[in-house]
Amino acid sequence: MDHAPPPLALEIRDLAKRFERPAVDGIDLAVPAGEFFTLLGPNGAGKTTMLRMVSGLLKPDRGTITIYGIDALADPVAAKRVTAWLSDEPMIYDKLTPIEYLDFVAGLWGVAGDVASARAADLIEWLGLKPHAQERCESLSKGTRQKVALAGALVHEPKLIVLDEPFTGLDAGSARLVKSVLRERVKAGCSVLMTTHILEVAERMADRIGVISEGRLIADGTLDELRSKAGAGEVSLEDTFLALIATGTVEA
Amino acid sequence: MIRAGSIAWIARHEGRLAWRDLLWMMTAGRRRRARTLALGFIVFLLFMHGFAALMLASYDLGASSPDKRMLVMLMATLVLSWSLMLSQAIEAVTRAFYSRADFDLVLSSPLSAGRFFAVRIAAMVQTVLLMALAVAAPFVDVAVWRGGARWLGAYIVIVVLAALAVSVAVALTAALFRLIGPKRTRLVAQILAAVVGAGFVIGLQLAAIQSYHTISRFMVLQSDLLINAAPATSSVLWWPARAILSEPLALIAMLGLGTAVFGATVCFFAPRFAGYVLAAAGASHAPKRESRKSAAFRNRSVAAALRRKEWMLLWRDPWLVSQTLMQLLYLLPPAFLLWSAFGQGGTASILVVPVLIMGAGQLAGALAWLAICGEDAPDLIASAPVPSARALRSKTEAVMIAIAFVFGPFIVFLAAIAPFCALVACLGVALGAASATSIQIWFRTQAKRSHFRRRQTSSRIATYAEALSSCSWAGTGALAAAGSWLAIAGGVIALAILGGALMISPSKK
Repeated sequence: MDHAPPPLALEIRDLAKRFERPAVDGIDLAVPAGEFFTLLGPNGAGKTTMLRMVSGLLKPDRGTITIYGIDALADPVAAKRVTAWLSDEPMIYDKLTPIEYLDFVAGLWGVAGDVASARAADLIEWLGLKPHAQERCESLSKGTRQKVALAGALVHEPKLIVLDEPFTGLDAGSARLVKSVLRERVKAGCSVLMTTHILEVAERMADRIGVISEGRLIADGTLDELRSKAGAGEVSLEDTFLALIATGTVEA
Repeated sequence: MIRAGSIAWIARHEGRLAWRDLLWMMTAGRRRRARTLALGFIVFLLFMHGFAALMLASYDLGASSPDKRMLVMLMATLVLSWSLMLSQAIEAVTRAFYSRADFDLVLSSPLSAGRFFAVRIAAMVQTVLLMALAVAAPFVDVAVWRGGARWLGAYIVIVVLAALAVSVAVALTAALFRLIGPKRTRLVAQILAAVVGAGFVIGLQLAAIQSYHTISRFMVLQSDLLINAAPATSSVLWWPARAILSEPLALIAMLGLGTAVFGATVCFFAPRFAGYVLAAAGASHAPKRESRKSAAFRNRSVAAALRRKEWMLLWRDPWLVSQTLMQLLYLLPPAFLLWSAFGQGGTASILVVPVLIMGAGQLAGALAWLAICGEDAPDLIASAPVPSARALRSKTEAVMIAIAFVFGPFIVFLAAIAPFCALVACLGVALGAASATSIQIWFRTQAKRSHFRRRQTSSRIATYAEALSSCSWAGTGALAAAGSWLAIAGGVIALAILGGALMISPSKK
């Protein structure tokens, strides 16, 4: 008996955005629900631009974005309801405490007060934020601020989490904690689309990896698929990545 | 060749930074604006000289020896200028203490911190001096043109006043550090700066209201009561005023005082400045805990969540509180005028109407900038499932409710004295605040909240439109409160300004 393919968390067709030069140039991508997808690429390859368009922070010049069956360009509010965006610069307010921040984010996503309170308590506990829960964010370290922002991204239980370099500036302990939180979410059926420069993170965490260069997705697949595509044999992801970027092979 | 690490070398570095900072503040980093800016500066100078000529037209500036009336006016001008300089200097010193800027680099280098901070204190004098000269120089020039070269002494006096203002500000802020600690100094110093800046003008206005039931401070300065009570013209107390007229002894005394005080300040405080900066850095890292938990996680709408966030952020920022306090302080004289006119009604109430409208417009513009342009997490709001128009509406509501909260009591009190004036004031405050907020919406550009002081750099047109709109609504309100049909013309002008602003705003393009 044939199994039906898993529903798609994210489907991108011919996505393009041009600033002074093409930043994203006709990308097609499909991320099934419950998948951890990592985007790799050199600086200026168009990763952040693509993620910002998926999160509704930037309008594409052409193409379509579908999130859990919702046309994100036609109904951005409905798409945003199931999406969370987290960048390397934590989007938090210096004068609010983590608790107040989570309360505000829950209000933005329309989460009921009692539900939000319970989730916030879990997240605060889970991310080790309890000692700082009543401190204003201005006095928190970069890693703690990033954890507060992550808690904000998770408090409304998104189905698709979009992360842009979430490990920048995190110490080893915090990075491990964030990784385990993301893994748990994926286990629970959530999908993750993440960019990173830390290849070890991509190698260990991603179900599939996409390589983007000069605005185009030049390869995507599992690590083994990428290795065979690069023709590099049993080598590290770093070697595979560099080989793919060097050849600039456009996936057929 | 300047030796690296020398006073001259540090001064050159500081000068370059200050120049680029000033240029950025004026042009917002756009090169094309430099030419427009130069033209604008020339127009400003011409306008200021014309204004000064008009203001000084009735004064006999060529009199051989100044009488008491003239000395009183000169001293009042000096005290007013100095209080404004002191206010600016306190703010500059506080900013220097708390902004980390390049201190990590400087303090971790083998450069003498005392030498570095001596230059930075001198740079503060230069900043205060430039700001003072922008306003005072045209008046001095007109005085020299009409009264002769002896008025050139005013320039030396202004330099001395700037040096004294910075010296007192440094000593005052350092004293606050010792008395109340670095954690509280920032807020107290900011409030002090606001009070000092407005204090003298407000004091004179309060005296004028008390004695003459008018808001004009000149009534007090020119009153026989004050002239008769003032010391004899030969008194040493008039020396600062006489120094303006280049009387040798007075001028030398002022120069000596300024040099001695400033020299002592640099010698005493420059070596200690690094300690204050480190203490301030420690204070800013100290966690600030909030004890109130009760209001969190209640069922509230998106609009309520946004409004609540805006109010909390406004309330918790001492810098912003002191900046807005400066504007609210100017409401004290009209409040006092209302109080003194209670039970009498009449013309005093009419005077209050434009002041309230003007204040509301200015405050609304500032709050709207903070809520709309100074959003610290724009990506969070943009990625939330909230239409941008709805988010904007909620932020506008937060501003308008804050305005109602501040100005409501004044209007209620006014209603008890003069109901018609209260009605006009109520309408005017609403229109003035709505206009200023609309202009901020039309010209909105994303900025950092910490750039509040420089909010005018993002759009000069928005700044002028906001000021003109507030003035027009204030004028309209005054005319309407006085029962004049000319108020209709005032209203049309205000609407035309708004229409013009909308037409040229980026949101229309």
